[in-house]
Amino acid sequence: MSLRDIMPKRFYGAGLPYLQDTSYSGKLIVIEGADCSGRSTQTLLLKQWLEYNGHAVMDTGIKRSDLVSNVIDRAKMGNVLGKTTLSLLYATDFADQLENKIIPALRAGFIVIADRYIFTLMVRDAVRGADPDWLHELFGFALIPDLTFYLQLPSEVLLHRHFQRRGFLEYWESGMDLSLSTDMFESFNRYQMLCRQQFDDLVQEYDFVTLDGAREISEVQEDLRWHVAQLLEEQA
Amino acid sequence: MRLRKARGLGRTMNYPGRLFIVEGTDGSGKSTQIYLLKRWLEDNGYPVFFTEWNSSELIKTANRKAKKKNLLTPTTFSLIHACDFADRYEKMMLPHLRAGYIVLADRYVYTAYARDMARGCDPEWVKNAYSFAVKPTVSFYFQTPLDISLERILSARPQLKYHEAGLDLGLSQDPVVSFKLFQGMIKEHYDEMIHEEHFHVIDATDTVEYQQQIVRQIVSEHLRDYTAPTMKGESPS
Repeated sequence: MSLRDIMPKRFYGAGLPYLQDTSYSGKLIVIEGADCSGRSTQTLLLKQWLEYNGHAVMDTGIKRSDLVSNVIDRAKMGNVLGKTTLSLLYATDFADQLENKIIPALRAGFIVIADRYIFTLMVRDAVRGADPDWLHELFGFALIPDLTFYLQLPSEVLLHRHFQRRGFLEYWESGMDLSLSTDMFESFNRYQMLCRQQFDDLVQEYDFVTLDGAREISEVQEDLRWHVAQLLEEQA
Repeated sequence: MRLRKARGLGRTMNYPGRLFIVEGTDGSGKSTQIYLLKRWLEDNGYPVFFTEWNSSELIKTANRKAKKKNLLTPTTFSLIHACDFADRYEKMMLPHLRAGYIVLADRYVYTAYARDMARGCDPEWVKNAYSFAVKPTVSFYFQTPLDISLERILSARPQLKYHEAGLDLGLSQDPVVSFKLFQGMIKEHYDEMIHEEHFHVIDATDTVEYQQQIVRQIVSEHLRDYTAPTMKGESPS
């Protein structure tokens, strides 16, 4: 039996073959969901609870590495990038965080809570016409999380939350670059629907824990804690 | 579970233009050859578009910054170059090919294959990342014995940059020693690709003139049924 058979599968695909040692003692928890699905609030509450219980926690998200994030911002401002280029830029940014932040923290025994992971990127690209197989293999370097939550919400609820937060619909969150409709309201609904379909497709394949995100904050949090407690073999 | 699909560069794409690319280790003379090809094509009235590796304006700054700080892992190194390539490809190469131009590229995806594989990335993963790119009409590989290309580069006493010398691979602390080992690995990867990627191998130890003669001859063969796009509007019949 080779080492590969004994070791648990760490990566979705090709992984990071040049790493000598991919073992770690921390836990990787991912929270996915649309914008305004409550991800950030839930991440914060989960972090506080875990810290209260004595765990070292690092929270992270996508598009936070300083490697290419200003290139992404600049490009989005002028919308000058091709779809494939943008996919690859996001993948670069994610890889940078994975290797320079997430993996070192996991090795140091931290619980890493990722407010969005490769799934948001895959959904966003798939909606824009990227080949699902290409995406699947491209993100094959990503670590398989110990737990992946998906906060699912009807697009009407998301719509109202967008209004509450900003008072208007945002260009990218409405998928205006897809030319679904010149009417932003219409475009928002159709875009969120497409994203939801893509997320639903990923649920099975990537073993998501789907939670109803339209409930009270505390109810959602209670569910999250229950699953995390199971993972850590602790009392919720 | 998802089945891995059969893969090849741009299997399904059709375009009226032509794509000629050159590959080879540093010091193989490929840039000279593609320059001479470009001159010849232009002098013969062909519409030519030329592009070279690592030259996308958007990515350039980020790339330079990252390299300076030695922040890159093999995966991010690979991806950031894929971004650069994709940006040039989507914005320039593919539109020109679709418009019927003759596109000349100094280095193509095979440069990434060779370098990224040398850095330890998974070969299939690298190929997948670039699988959006079309297969060139002809890929010229300027094959050079290692000692000759090294001599050409090193006799000029260059300041070898960190990644260029492959210092990130930890092969040797000495930039020159590291460069030699790294170039050797890259050459091996190129040589291994010859059949699979249908490289047209040019012996880069021949004279510049002789090599160019062969290149022009092969290019001519692929231009026999080529019609340049007309810049004038269709006249009404």
